[in-house]
Amino acid sequence: MHWEVVWRNLDYFLWGAYPDGPLGGLAVSILLAVLGIFGAFWLGLAAGLMRLSRRLWIKAPAVVYIEVIRGIPILMLIFWFYFLAPILFNETLPEFTSALTAFIIFTGAYVGEIVRAGVQALPRGQMEAARGQGLSHVQAMSYVILPQALRNMIPSFVNQFVSLTKDTSLAYIIGVNELTRTATQVNNRTLNAPTEIFITIAVMYFIVCYVLTSTSRRLEKHLSRYQARDR
Amino acid sequence: MNYQFDWDLVLHGEYAEWIVDGLIVTLKISAISIVLSMLLGTIIAVFRMTKVKPLVWFSAAFTEFFRNTPLLVQIFFWYFGSSTILPKFVNQWLAHHDFEFAAGTIALTVYTAAFIAEEIRSGIFSIPKTQLEASRAVGLSFTQAYVYVILPQAFRIIIPPLISQSLNLIKNSSLVMTIGVADLTYMARQIESYTFHGFEAFTVATVIYLCISLLVSLIITQYNKHFLRKIVY
Repeated sequence: MHWEVVWRNLDYFLWGAYPDGPLGGLAVSILLAVLGIFGAFWLGLAAGLMRLSRRLWIKAPAVVYIEVIRGIPILMLIFWFYFLAPILFNETLPEFTSALTAFIIFTGAYVGEIVRAGVQALPRGQMEAARGQGLSHVQAMSYVILPQALRNMIPSFVNQFVSLTKDTSLAYIIGVNELTRTATQVNNRTLNAPTEIFITIAVMYFIVCYVLTSTSRRLEKHLSRYQARDR
Repeated sequence: MNYQFDWDLVLHGEYAEWIVDGLIVTLKISAISIVLSMLLGTIIAVFRMTKVKPLVWFSAAFTEFFRNTPLLVQIFFWYFGSSTILPKFVNQWLAHHDFEFAAGTIALTVYTAAFIAEEIRSGIFSIPKTQLEASRAVGLSFTQAYVYVILPQAFRIIIPPLISQSLNLIKNSSLVMTIGVADLTYMARQIESYTFHGFEAFTVATVIYLCISLLVSLIITQYNKHFLRKIVY
């Protein structure tokens, strides 16, 4: 076994060539995931609430968006942005931007479903009582329903964040220098330690994702105590 | 936007054949992996429910590890890194057969099996304990109670999530293009690099994936309508 190959390149796996060169490795993976979930949250919130609307012209675009995106592999979406941006804008987008856009749009559809399920899981009485107090629909949503629903959704958001962290490995395909790409680079350069290299980066992803998964399990237990229920 | 659309290019002739070939490979690798991952997933789930500590630990470690690492990394591991771990005769056998396909199948199988094991486990746990107690009380043995009472009910609950896991597998199978399995995504990419008509190629591939997904979700909805409403506790 050649674990010294891994040891020599550990800093490259973690943050790329950073002080001397561009940021890379695990740092870029996490950066992609964090920016991605941030964008996807707002997109998903809008899509989820639009889907809950009773007006067809608001609901239909959200349904189409969510169902189409959930029906295709994320790799397709990444290629779409990578190859279509030059056609649409007549200039190439940087790989990082185009991967990030694909991740936001992809995850947004899933977040939309989380938002819809979260709002629907609240007892109907919450909305009825809020409207009965004289709040408008928008007020009831933003002061009564969403604060409760969003808190209950936190574990699902964390799970989605875990999926996104795993999906960032696909940015490798269009050439973003994240963890999987640094691993293939080192593998191509050294050629004698593929097993060690890929086990190492699998463990790196595992540590990040497992910490998040167990956090989400703890949160789920903790939050379920305060949930409003039907009586 | 100065781009000339040429739909004939991908809908007729050689490139259309590429797409069909790719679709066949996608369906083939998905079908094989679905069957294998169901088997492996069931075994892992059974391990988790036995009282034997090492088996329980193995199954817990298996599901946690493979669920929390990216599929792409697993594919690379099986493709580039498995040769030092596997026995020599297995390597030789693989080298003379379609190694890319085999590595892709193994990766998809193991990854999906971890998810399927969790679905099966939660399906069986969702059957109330009283069902087991009642069947024991009427004189069934533990095995009989599982075979005749618990599992038939659990299967009805497990089937929809298993179908959606299979759908995920079909979508995930697009990743095997990275190691050179000539599936649908690979072919779309190939047409893009041969002709620069990526728009048309990716549209066709996307529509095919979308049709498969919509078909599968239709099956799940119909299933839920007909079978799931009969389950009442």
